[in-house]
Amino acid sequence: MTDRYTKAVNSGFTKTLATRLGLPRPAILRRYRAGDPLTVGPVLVVSDGASKADADAVAQTLLGWDLDVRRDPTDDVRWGAVVLVLTETARPADASEAVLAVGSVLRRLAGNGRVVTVSRAPADGDTPELAAARNAVDGFLRSLAKELRGGATGNGIVLTGGAALDQTSVRATLRFFLSAKSAYVDGQLLQVGPADAALPEEWDRPLDGKVAVVTGAARGIGAAIARTLARDGATVVCVDVPAAGEGLARTANAVGGTALQLDVTAEDAGQRILQHARERHGGLDVVVHNAGILRDKLLANMKPAQWDAVIAVNLAAQLRINEALLDAGLDGLHVVSLASTSGIAGNKGQTNYAFSKAGVIGHTRATSPLLGARGGTANAVAPGFIETDMTASIPFATRSVARLLPTLSQGGEPVDVAEAIAFLASPAAAGVNGQVLRVCGQHMVGQ
Amino acid sequence: MATRQTSRAQTAGAAQGPRDAVVVGGNRIPFARAGKKYADASNQEMFTAALEGLVARYGLQGERLGEVVGGAVLKHSRDFNLVRESVLGSSLSPQTPAFDLQQACATGLEATITIANKIRLGQIESGVSGGTDTVSDAPIAVSEGMRRALLDAGHAKTWQDRAKALARIRPADLKPLSPATDEPRTGLSMGEHQAVTTARWGITREAQDEIALASHQHLAEAWESGFFDDLVTPFRGLTRDDNMRPDTSAEKLAGLKPVFGRSLETPATMTAGNSTPLTDGASTVLLGSREWAEAHDLPVLARFVDAETAAVDFVHGREGLLMAPVHAVPRLLARNGLSLEDFDFFEIHEAFASTVLTTLAAWEDADYGKNELGLPGAFGSLDRSRINVHGSSLAAGHPFAATGGRIVATAAKLVATKAAETGKPARALVSVCAAGGLGATAVLESV
Repeated sequence: MTDRYTKAVNSGFTKTLATRLGLPRPAILRRYRAGDPLTVGPVLVVSDGASKADADAVAQTLLGWDLDVRRDPTDDVRWGAVVLVLTETARPADASEAVLAVGSVLRRLAGNGRVVTVSRAPADGDTPELAAARNAVDGFLRSLAKELRGGATGNGIVLTGGAALDQTSVRATLRFFLSAKSAYVDGQLLQVGPADAALPEEWDRPLDGKVAVVTGAARGIGAAIARTLARDGATVVCVDVPAAGEGLARTANAVGGTALQLDVTAEDAGQRILQHARERHGGLDVVVHNAGILRDKLLANMKPAQWDAVIAVNLAAQLRINEALLDAGLDGLHVVSLASTSGIAGNKGQTNYAFSKAGVIGHTRATSPLLGARGGTANAVAPGFIETDMTASIPFATRSVARLLPTLSQGGEPVDVAEAIAFLASPAAAGVNGQVLRVCGQHMVGQ
Repeated sequence: MATRQTSRAQTAGAAQGPRDAVVVGGNRIPFARAGKKYADASNQEMFTAALEGLVARYGLQGERLGEVVGGAVLKHSRDFNLVRESVLGSSLSPQTPAFDLQQACATGLEATITIANKIRLGQIESGVSGGTDTVSDAPIAVSEGMRRALLDAGHAKTWQDRAKALARIRPADLKPLSPATDEPRTGLSMGEHQAVTTARWGITREAQDEIALASHQHLAEAWESGFFDDLVTPFRGLTRDDNMRPDTSAEKLAGLKPVFGRSLETPATMTAGNSTPLTDGASTVLLGSREWAEAHDLPVLARFVDAETAAVDFVHGREGLLMAPVHAVPRLLARNGLSLEDFDFFEIHEAFASTVLTTLAAWEDADYGKNELGLPGAFGSLDRSRINVHGSSLAAGHPFAATGGRIVATAAKLVATKAAETGKPARALVSVCAAGGLGATAVLESV
């Protein structure tokens, strides 16, 4: 599914030509396959002096995953990943040595390598100096990610509420960022708070025995989400409008799940989803609000039907279904909603869509403590330019430019969005709550 | 069941079967007018699609079912194992046995009777019945002269004999033979046969058009209300039955020219509007024992209580071609201790609007009851508001072998819904007439 341009500039004569002409050369991203190594090479763990104990804990975690963990940046290897631990950095000046050590190995960072920062979020009562040191990591990571090449990415874990390094959710997030599952996640900082969660018995089946509902599962990103959740061990209830039933049946049969033909805007959609999941599969653990529509128009030309349909499907339906889920009082329910970079940075011709997607971010944050009280989470994933049937209909020139805008210089695959969702839906990610994770190859300005 | 008594008759047929066969649900593809959306879809593709939708709805991927039974009326010789080939092309376990069965338009219902009987006897725990038919992709045969010559040439031992055999082919033999639905013994089409019956019972044009109008209106209401959301899976972009005319009117129907019975002495009354059109489509019904349904966490819509088939002597003109169900139903009800008042729903296949009306007229006629049905008087009249409440073949279309499955699934959902609403058992009578003077009837009851 890698686009033709990316293929061409990565092989044979066209590769030489592209290099000579100085054309952008998007890398072929490594994506998850069961059995492949977690990283593409040894992992360097560096920290400032104050964070050494946390760095040791990180190293222990990595050793537990059978990785080749090094502490000396001068080792002559092609680095698979660098983890920079700045959790206890008290003053901005204290970070210098560790940060420059990371800089010294970047030329030896392998293609599809990873840089992951681990830091703490500024908190109420921090001294100005401490807050500065903590917040500085944000700008550093986002800039560093833009300097990485060859499909390498940079992402950060930001601990909140005194979360500890050996906590399951921190480990799960670290593993996600190091792995090929986060191939198209770049320049993102994810907050992880304290939460009780058991380590998965198998990291390759983090959703074993779970029941997941995916709306809009007939095709595109929804079908990829269903496939990915099923791969991770979940039984998947595939939901889409009755008119999309043919594709829905294909998805359900491919993942060994069940097809539920249902319009998510129906008054009783939440109850029917619950009933189906409980009666047919004995419970409900994960809900992915993926169903969404586009009715692009400049606001000056917007018809009521175009505005209302987008709000009804993309936002109101999620709210109503969530209400039913909260009423049901499910324990450990993980809800993941599809937002969009349009809802964060805005997009011309998409006032209705951006309204709905920014609304999704709003209700996700408000829902997170309600679900969190019962050991669940509510998070959102904001995809950037993803290669789907929908984006394939964008005119060629516009599409080609859109692909080159992110740091990774290419569009993402539906599976990239699905991997992020599968991570957030997993019990091990219980400490990630109320967050918006962008899957955009570090697309535009804004967070 | 023994403890549940009703204000009407006791649970029907309780003493008969060693155990119950229940209807779990059904799935069909939307029916399409011949030569339109499914113009190049084969029977096998359509039946496979209907099966795949069923598998997806009930999560039967990889499941070894007891048997899949179905058939097609118009069938290519290469499709000798049509149903088994469809199973092999589906997501069911390839260890699921299957066989083809054919009883003209009663094929789908006869297949359901077969599966139900096997379940009741304990020979199988689960099964799928159904049928498929395409007029658009019907087989075309070579002429009898051509066929004989080709066969003889094939058997010939020397080239001279081969040449001699082929030399017998005359220009007239080059004309292909299209399949006909004419009765082989009378040479009359089904419509012409029914025109005679219609005239015999003095059925008016207005009464027929009324039935046709109601069929379209009821079917359209059912689609709008979402009744078919869990009974139909779209196919090839068709999401609803395309023969349905929600906007038709008594005036429009009255304006159509009669097409059958124009050579009779009485005025011709049967038009394209009150006769079923040639249609393509496929349907399936999932049945099982109660234990099987329970073990698979599947819903149970209805109990398949009992069935009766009949045949009439239409060749010598004693009875109308499509009147066999009129004879079957009294026998079926007598055996189960039921009368027409015990039914909440009557699903009478609308081969023609007048089929429904001649059936009712015959049952209400005392002389007919005595002389033809061997009853003390008239069999009885039934509440017309309970007939084909969600439309029937005039609106949905009639892909011969697929009609039985459509009706059984609809009837099963009707009784389940009614019982859930009223808290009392509900019952449906199914009646399907067929070519060759055949008819199949059945009783379904809520569980």
